[in-house]
Amino acid sequence: MKPAPFDYLAVDDLAGATAALADGAKPMGGNQSLGPMLNLRLARPAALVDLSLVPELRTVEESAEWVRLGAAITHAEIEDGEVPDPTGGWLRAAAANIAYRAVRNRGTLGGSLAHADPAADWVIVMTGLCATALLAGPSGTRRVPLEDFLTGPFATGLRDGEILTAVEIPRPGAGARWGYWKYMRQVGEFAKASAAVLVDRERGRLRCTVGALGRQPLVLAEPEALLAAEVTPREALAQALPGRSPADLALHATALARALAEAGIGDAA
Amino acid sequence: MKRGAGPTAKGVGARLERREDARYLLGRGRYVGDIRLPGMLEIAFVRSPLAHARLCRLDKPAEGGDRVFAAADLVGVAGIRADSGLPGFRSSVQPILAEAKVRHVGEPIAACLAETRALAEDLAERVELDLEELPAVHDMLRARDPEAPLLHEHWDENAFLETAVDRGFEAAIRDAAVVVKRSYRTARQCMAPLEGRGCLAVWDRHLELLTLHSATQMPHIVRTGLAECLGLDHGQVRVVAPDVGGGFGYKGILLAEEVCAAFLAMKLDRPIRWLEDRREHLIAGANCREHAYEVTGYAAADGELLAVDCQAIVDSGAYSSYPFSACLEAAQVGSILPGPYKMRGYRCRTWSVATNKPPILPFRGVARTGVCFAMELTMDALARELGMTPEAIRLRNLVAPAEMPFTNITNKDFDSGDYPEALRRVVEAIDVQGVRARQAAQSGGSRIGVGFAVFCEQGAHGTSVYHGWGIPMVPGFEQATARLTPDGGLELRVGVHSHGQSLETTLAQIVYEEIGIDPAKVKLVHGDTAYTPYSTGTWGSRCIVMAGGAVAAASATLGERIRRIAAHLMQADPDDVTLADGMARAGSSEIPLAEVARTWYRAPQLLPDDVDPRGLEATEGYKTVRDTGTFSYAAHAVVVSVDLDLGDVKLLDYVIVEDAGTMINPMVVDGQVHGGAVQGIGTALFEEMPFDAAGQPLASTLADYHLPVAADIPAIRILHMETPSPLSRFGQKGIGESGAIGPPAAIANAVNDALAPLGVEMTEVPLTPERILRALARAREVAA
Ligand SMILES: Cc1cc2nc3c(=O)[nH]c(=O)nc-3n(C[C@H](O)[C@H](O)[C@H](O)COP(=O)(O)OP(=O)(O)OC[C@H]3O[C@@H](n4cnc5c(N)ncnc54)[C@H](O)[C@@H]3O)c2cc1C
Repeated sequence: MKPAPFDYLAVDDLAGATAALADGAKPMGGNQSLGPMLNLRLARPAALVDLSLVPELRTVEESAEWVRLGAAITHAEIEDGEVPDPTGGWLRAAAANIAYRAVRNRGTLGGSLAHADPAADWVIVMTGLCATALLAGPSGTRRVPLEDFLTGPFATGLRDGEILTAVEIPRPGAGARWGYWKYMRQVGEFAKASAAVLVDRERGRLRCTVGALGRQPLVLAEPEALLAAEVTPREALAQALPGRSPADLALHATALARALAEAGIGDAA
Repeated sequence: MKRGAGPTAKGVGARLERREDARYLLGRGRYVGDIRLPGMLEIAFVRSPLAHARLCRLDKPAEGGDRVFAAADLVGVAGIRADSGLPGFRSSVQPILAEAKVRHVGEPIAACLAETRALAEDLAERVELDLEELPAVHDMLRARDPEAPLLHEHWDENAFLETAVDRGFEAAIRDAAVVVKRSYRTARQCMAPLEGRGCLAVWDRHLELLTLHSATQMPHIVRTGLAECLGLDHGQVRVVAPDVGGGFGYKGILLAEEVCAAFLAMKLDRPIRWLEDRREHLIAGANCREHAYEVTGYAAADGELLAVDCQAIVDSGAYSSYPFSACLEAAQVGSILPGPYKMRGYRCRTWSVATNKPPILPFRGVARTGVCFAMELTMDALARELGMTPEAIRLRNLVAPAEMPFTNITNKDFDSGDYPEALRRVVEAIDVQGVRARQAAQSGGSRIGVGFAVFCEQGAHGTSVYHGWGIPMVPGFEQATARLTPDGGLELRVGVHSHGQSLETTLAQIVYEEIGIDPAKVKLVHGDTAYTPYSTGTWGSRCIVMAGGAVAAASATLGERIRRIAAHLMQADPDDVTLADGMARAGSSEIPLAEVARTWYRAPQLLPDDVDPRGLEATEGYKTVRDTGTFSYAAHAVVVSVDLDLGDVKLLDYVIVEDAGTMINPMVVDGQVHGGAVQGIGTALFEEMPFDAAGQPLASTLADYHLPVAADIPAIRILHMETPSPLSRFGQKGIGESGAIGPPAAIANAVNDALAPLGVEMTEVPLTPERILRALARAREVAA
């Protein structure tokens, strides 16, 4: 279990990183997902460019409306409150439940989203919070809402040579409620089922998101019906994913019910 | 005062802190992976990607091909053979590198050498194989079907061995009021010591000596096996086991990889190292435990267990491994299934079948974990059928203390103990009444349940038990050498090896008990065949009984010689001399042992004329009073909560009442029980090495193979009983495996207690959420 030979590139800034990508290097964040694939020789890049210390990816910007967290900020930094949490603790709580501490010390927000594991925490949490991905590439920068950025299992809208530089997280309004629930059998495992519920009436953001479905997060089209208990989680999921059997969706329906409960939306099961 | 009590106690019974802790806790242990030698090359093996195939061709790469070695290059090397003498045993030879055929995924085919493991893996990638795939035998239940492809073509069916016992079965079932029949399965597992296997082989031209540094728990056995495979004299082979990071049975096995590394070290005259990585370990290495049972239990209306009938299949994998062979597991099922119970009749047939999977190896508890699972679930099934409580049916049938020593239906000699009392205590400690009250009040999406398991564990069994198996290894007298050093310290040499058992502490306590030398001055020399007496090593919960007994005997003999010299120096009668706290005393005079030692080694002119010329070094051999084994026993009780939506099982409380006889060090006993119980919880809830129909292992990383983690484990409460064994030196009983035996049975019984009202009965471990949800769904269908 040793990687095939590769070159390691350290760069001074984002421009250096973009140039390395143009030369065919693969970006590397905390190496917590890439590393195992390298070791199993499932990934065999000729060169890796290390983004974990690139200054532009380590910055935080704040406005009245949002907080932008650089892509190279680690799970542990979010967990420890070393960067601002616009949600008043929801991000910190989510971060604290990713993998275990050794992984969190290195794993990055950007790496997790770019990796786009369907069961990953940030993938669902950031989608659930209506966050936006900020990208920089050879033809400039662009903004893509997370639900569009994530296009499938382990697939994103990143174009050739593009880097995820930051995530913009909108500040919730007063009285906003949030529920994030995932089922993992053991600490440190990826979720078998997960769901996030955001009820932010002041800002007009209602969102029910379901993860760990083996695809990009599912953003339910009619959250109001769920919140009003007009449909059950089971029914909502069956409607949204008609191709899947009820048995396949049972665990996910439970996750959604429990996320709703965490958000204080009655006993929605 | 109770033996071993008090803050300054250091002898038998003292909770002495572990002497090895300073080294381990500060990360200063020295493992095979820490040893580097000049000129060393590392091996990466080319391993079979297929479960069953003909190896038609192997092409070495043009560049570096001279560093690639295949079967044909291993001139004069014999494969590994571990036959059993039991009638009908079919023999297999495990090639060091695969020859014409591969028989499991991960089987070594070629060894590739380079300066680093990474470079060796680069080289291994360039070796090309031409394999002609054959249908694989992946399902042990169908391995003996006439149409199944044969693994070993000279066999007539895929079975190493079939055994049968019948003890008055037909007569016993006549009065049966209830009969329950169940099928049980335990998953194939992969035991997972923190440190994997590994070895470093060096050929010394000057001494004409092959030294194999190996992560092994049985260095002498590895030496014997290695010498036989390589055609060397024993005198040309030395095996050194440095610190070993857990073994659990896996590290008792002679591996093909070790033989290969040793051969290459001799051939190339360079140190050769192989360090197993976790992927090799999971795919090819440490497989264990896969059992299937059909059990029928017969009971009388009052709950008396009349008879048990069983057919058991163990998936032994592709080869018979050295030295325990492919049949120990299944054949033991036949002899230990009755557990701690009395019964009138018993019948059991077992098959050790061969499949295209890695050889099954003995894992802590060996057959006992599966057997306890099958027997204890059957007891609960009978109890439900009879409308009895689980505790009542067990109390009705456990061997009673007044019946001890007791010879059970398969002629196991239970040495001592009070099995019913262990159960009574655990029932009280787990608060069964409280659980029943909570159950009556529960509602919502989860259910709680309580479950029990009672079992006994034969440990330290010796010659009379093992010669019958006819395997390459039979334990005899266990020896130890005690040597007083010139400064009055003690050097202790034993052939067993510690891979976590705290022998550096406990054996030193025994020395202290016998001759009063402070444990801090006792140096344990072990893990080196050049320094230690021959021993079968560390397995079968035998060390503290066998090596402990040998250490006591050698210490006593040494003590006698010390007393004689001391008596002379003090002008006293030898019979009046006592040894304590590093001093020899007689009446009001005393001299330090260092003075006695100095006299023998450095001032022999002061010795008495009739001094024993063997001096201050004594080797003694030891056997227990009877070598049928000590029987420790335990009662486990657990309270679980099952989430009906998730199928998730949480352990709310876990109590173990166990009897290790006299505890040499209760803290170490607790450690053994805790560690074992955690592994048993792994068997119960998490660990599973599935294979697909092509024989491909589906859990090749620790992301897929789930080990129990700290957060899964409740604060396990251990309560001790202490019935001394009449067979061993201090009354101690082997306890090393005990913890790992009970959990699958206790936890499954608790889950069944929780889910029985919903019509669910689980009969397979691990109890994964998927299995529980499937069972709940089936029960709903049946109910609808
Ligand atoms: C044992 C273990 C358990 C885990 N459990 C969980 C869990 O419970 N929940 C969870 O969410 N995650 C879990 N993870 C994954 C972990 O969170 C990783 O940190 C994360 O998936 C990847 O982040 P990284 O910074 O390590 O990215 P890397 O591994 O370095 O990179 C991952 C991928 O993203 C690309 N990439 C990285 N950064 C960028 C960027 N800025 N722009 C464009 N592409 C980029 C890389 O090229 C690569 O393809 C676990 C990991 C391990 C090893």
